Amino acid sequence: MEFAPQLYARGNGGLMTDKDGALGSGDAAALSADKIVLNNIFKVFGSNVPRAVEMIQAGHGKDSVQAETRCTIGVNNASFSIKEGEIFVVMGLSGSGKSTLLRLLNRLIEPTLGSILVGGQDVTSMSKRDLIELRRRDMSMVFQSFALLPNRTVLANTAFGLEVAGVAEKERNQKALHALEAVGLERYAASRPDELSGGMRQRVGLARALANEPTILLMDEAFSALDPLIRTEMQDELLRLQAEHSRTIVFVSHDLDEAMRIGDRIAIMQDGVVVQVGTPEEIVMSPANDYVRSFFRNVDVTQVFRAGDVARHSQITLIDRAGLSVNAALERMRAHDRDIAIVVARDKRYHGMVSADSLREAVRFGGADPYRQAFLPDMAPIESDAPLAQVMGRVAESRWPVPVVDSKGRYVGTISKSSLLMTLDRAA
Amino acid sequence: MDFDLSIGAAASAAVEYTLDNFSPTLDAIADVIGFFASGIKDALSWFPPWAFIGAVALFAFWRVGWKFAVLCGAALLLIVGMGLWKETIETLALVIAATAIAITLGIPLGIFMARSSITAAGARPLLDLMQTMPAFVYLIPAAMFFGLGAVPGTIATVIFSMPPVVRLTALGLTQVSREYVEAGLAFGCTDRQLLFKVQFPLALPSIMAGVNQTIMLGLSMVVIASMIGAGGLGNTVLTGIQRLDVGLGFEGGLAVVILAIILDRLTQSLSRPAAFKLPRAVRQETGAKEDATDMKTALAEASA
Repeated sequence: MEFAPQLYARGNGGLMTDKDGALGSGDAAALSADKIVLNNIFKVFGSNVPRAVEMIQAGHGKDSVQAETRCTIGVNNASFSIKEGEIFVVMGLSGSGKSTLLRLLNRLIEPTLGSILVGGQDVTSMSKRDLIELRRRDMSMVFQSFALLPNRTVLANTAFGLEVAGVAEKERNQKALHALEAVGLERYAASRPDELSGGMRQRVGLARALANEPTILLMDEAFSALDPLIRTEMQDELLRLQAEHSRTIVFVSHDLDEAMRIGDRIAIMQDGVVVQVGTPEEIVMSPANDYVRSFFRNVDVTQVFRAGDVARHSQITLIDRAGLSVNAALERMRAHDRDIAIVVARDKRYHGMVSADSLREAVRFGGADPYRQAFLPDMAPIESDAPLAQVMGRVAESRWPVPVVDSKGRYVGTISKSSLLMTLDRAA
Repeated sequence: MDFDLSIGAAASAAVEYTLDNFSPTLDAIADVIGFFASGIKDALSWFPPWAFIGAVALFAFWRVGWKFAVLCGAALLLIVGMGLWKETIETLALVIAATAIAITLGIPLGIFMARSSITAAGARPLLDLMQTMPAFVYLIPAAMFFGLGAVPGTIATVIFSMPPVVRLTALGLTQVSREYVEAGLAFGCTDRQLLFKVQFPLALPSIMAGVNQTIMLGLSMVVIASMIGAGGLGNTVLTGIQRLDVGLGFEGGLAVVILAIILDRLTQSLSRPAAFKLPRAVRQETGAKEDATDMKTALAEASA
């Protein structure tokens, strides 16, 4: 927790706004899983940076600073953290500062104020030598326009990071070839980049970034220059690589679909300010402002939401055990004014759904196990990670709310027609 | 308005001051350059003409193509036929010596200019001066400092021909796209690695264009430098002018043109891949493995 005094030393007075309270109260357990932490990061561009810094520290807002110093504030007081192993997407319109923010992480652009911790180390105060080491060992970058060196073969491009780090030729070629195999391009090792298609070039860019086995991957609009089909393919490729070997990925994108598809969490930037950080669902459900809302206007929410996001745990559950009285159950349903109830096992595993009518019917016929006889037909549960698009038809056709279970078969909740409509309405 | 700033007097005073106070230094420079220039001349003259012509034609065949190789051979034979072989070799030696010095000084200077805007701002007017000052003007102080002969000729040629390689080196380096520089830095290049592994290779076409232009300017200056006794084809041309011998002047001029064309095409070809490649079987025998499958087996062998 070394950053705390530094944070306060750097941002005296003016910076201590509402965000700091939240940061200070973060508990140790949560912070230990954070791979990258940004504390009150500013980037000021222009000729009179010292004056702008003074003004920021004195608590002046962006507009007055820009008006007086003619400096541009590229990144304005960014504080958030990126968890180990997650794909963190930074999204915003062009000019919102997202690419600048990304470059602050490996100091391709020097932050003006604030601190950035990577794996507990303060990057902003690092010596040049340590910074180079960090870039060689821990952080790789993938560029929008690929940035493959045209005078080198694919293999030599892939081995570039290792070469710079001083790895012997045989070893680095082997590792590079291994990285090329991971993206399926080992056959092109001897080709020149200009002999490859755009998608293949970016695979090489990815292989180059993976060759030195970094823990953090910085991707700057990495797939934006590719046509939509190839882009989806590359996203899948990235997800596959991530599944094989988990890294912390910071992905800058202006493409919302991309952010939704690959992002574990998304940060939305507007005019240099990080306006919201959260999971795709969180942001869709409660956008922080109109800017964020406008982003999601055309989103197909049925692709974003999973059944589990919409399911409500609002039905009565009956635990399936010997000696469970049918009358007691009926009484509970009547008391809660419910027509149906969910029958679950002791470990919450879903067994079936009964209605008041089907229960009475079953009792009338008599039998050893009225519950099983009372199960409503065609009430097989839906898995909670099924996209809403796949579930909608079933909910619409079903007379009863549709039950949802998690991957272990445990009851999560039900989706009724009205809760589905409400979700769609709220997101629209 | 009578307004007299006697800059001319100041310039000649500066030259005289240098002459009075720095003679040993100037002599040392003259010795080094003289040794270098005459060494190259002796080395080139050692080859019999047929061997030299054969070597040039072969090189032209490898880098450019068979048509140019034939042209080279015929043109050089023409020079032998005109009886100007010795002079041509002298001129070539001077050009090579001057260009070698100009490149050795010019490329580092170009690198400094690309890396520091202060150096660039200071060097630019100096380069303008070197390039646009009428060539004859250099000859006077060069002759005063270093006497007559090949040495002042070489020095005057270096001064006159250096600007293009400096400028185009600086231009080439500054024009390397920001993405490549960022990529280099992002993968942990030191400043030196960034220069030699990223910027310099990408600026090479521009730098080679500078080298080419330096050679061309050098060739034109070497002819002028014959006025202070640098020798070579310039002498032939000069003699032609002095005797009003049109034929001799034309022969000398033609030889210069032939030399220029050959140097130009050959240096330009150096920034491109060779025109002629050895057949695959030969390449593999000599160990050049270009195919990916070859590389894979090679790596597999290496790891085994």
